[in-house]
Amino acid sequence: MGTEEMSERIIEVADLRKSYGDVEAVKGISFDVGRGEVFAMLGPNGAGKTTTTEILEGYRERSGGAVTVLGQDPAKRERALKERVGIVLQSTGIDPFLTVTETIEMYAGYYPSRRPTGEVIDVVGLAEKKDTRVNKLSGGQQRRLDVAIALAGDPELLFLDEPTTGFDPNARRNAWEVVKNLVTIGKTVFLTTHFMDEAQYLADRVVVIADGVIVAEGPPASLAGRDQMRTRVRFRLPEGTPLPDGDSTILPDGSREIDVDAAATTKTVHDLTVWAMDHGVILEGLEVTQPTLEDVYLQLTGAEVGT
Amino acid sequence: MNDVALTARQVKYTNTAFWRNPQAAFFTFAFPLMFLVIFTSLLGSGTVTLNGFEFNQSTYYVAGMSAFAIITACYTNLAISVTFQRDAGILKRTRGTPLPGYDYLAARVIHAILMAVILVSICSAFGAAFYGATIPTGVQLLETAVVVLVGAGSFAALGLAITSVIPNAEAAPAVVNATILPLLFISGVFFPITNSAPKWVDVLGRVFPVRHLIDAYLGAYYGPPRFDFLWKDVGVVALWGVIGIIFAARRFSWEPRR
Repeated sequence: MGTEEMSERIIEVADLRKSYGDVEAVKGISFDVGRGEVFAMLGPNGAGKTTTTEILEGYRERSGGAVTVLGQDPAKRERALKERVGIVLQSTGIDPFLTVTETIEMYAGYYPSRRPTGEVIDVVGLAEKKDTRVNKLSGGQQRRLDVAIALAGDPELLFLDEPTTGFDPNARRNAWEVVKNLVTIGKTVFLTTHFMDEAQYLADRVVVIADGVIVAEGPPASLAGRDQMRTRVRFRLPEGTPLPDGDSTILPDGSREIDVDAAATTKTVHDLTVWAMDHGVILEGLEVTQPTLEDVYLQLTGAEVGT
Repeated sequence: MNDVALTARQVKYTNTAFWRNPQAAFFTFAFPLMFLVIFTSLLGSGTVTLNGFEFNQSTYYVAGMSAFAIITACYTNLAISVTFQRDAGILKRTRGTPLPGYDYLAARVIHAILMAVILVSICSAFGAAFYGATIPTGVQLLETAVVVLVGAGSFAALGLAITSVIPNAEAAPAVVNATILPLLFISGVFFPITNSAPKWVDVLGRVFPVRHLIDAYLGAYYGPPRFDFLWKDVGVVALWGVIGIIFAARRFSWEPRR
């Protein structure tokens, strides 16, 4: 979704700051989230993601800057605002002795409007477990129940703080489908994650936060000029083969790599394969790659990716 | 929904979860009744002289264990279970919903009071059936009801207050027992405080609410001439309850204390 079409801003953050004692955890960040958008905040552990999220949710008070969520200041903790927001916290508990259905109905009852319990259970794929007590659910199922609870009051805006941390790959795929479904029913989603593929798959827009500041912002496909970054052409040559023209670097595993501008990729690959045909050389393991979101992220945050 | 409806609804869910938690239900319900049987079996055949009257110890224990039941349901169980909910993140989640925090806590307190009322009723029925402790009627019954409700409410408030000094769920039973067990011993729950008791036990006991709860209960339940029902005792218990509410209102934490 382009900036122009976002007529309604669901979240507005301007120069947000948060200090814990002498430590400044969030150092003046600004961003907006439009209605119907999936907005992802990406960053390593300790970058300020959860602090920012909890300020937006009303759990923390900010030290400076302006924040509005659905037109209101979340720090005031108004009931009218909470009625329109669903929250999935990073780590949180559910009463272990109630069933899935009872739990969802209990939370739904706090809200003026609510979605039918059966529908919510279907959205998160817990239909077979609807009469199971919470303490008999797996970790992944409890996480899905977290999402179901957040949906129970039919909120306009959902906060998902690292919703798939600790999931196996299959469960993550399922969870992503749940989030995709939310968008089709018109929800706005504020997501934090440290998984690149998650942001890539789900988000319309991403901000990368590192050490309390935003270091990049944009759609995942073009984040930090990723679409214009250099392409890598990699291949291996048999022993004793003469080298093609042009610069190539030798990698530790003995393969060759050519870095080219994105625009010159086609010509470079063409020249290389023509040369190989002419000389009867086999280009083993030939691959052409653009930098992944992960590459961009590592470059921006200078951090190891937490997995 | 208005606050009353929301709170009533929350009491219902609290109750469902309570009875499905075997430990909570067992310790809250079994302990006072078990102690009543044990104490009366061991010591109940004797008599004790209080206020110059001879008194069957078994009859005394019906009152002592009723007070103990109120404290177990409202102070011990509430403090431990709310601390568990806090550490598990259940309170934090609730805080993110439109349910007002006082509605949630009111539901917990009301549920604890209901459990106390049931327990006291069981103790009374037990005492009437086996130990000849006649259940009062008329004004004395009303006075007893007031003592139970004020006592339950006050100890529930103190139970919420104490959670704010409990660092984590693992420490909850230790902190709760360390604060209440000594008081139970010096306040006459397990042994009647007779004239032969050391002076300091008598004086110290009267500072805290447990002794006043038992005195008020004895006064209401058995009445004159053996015991005087003094509103002063009820007042002291209520005052402690108010202190508990003020402390909880200022210091209660909805998030794990890490």
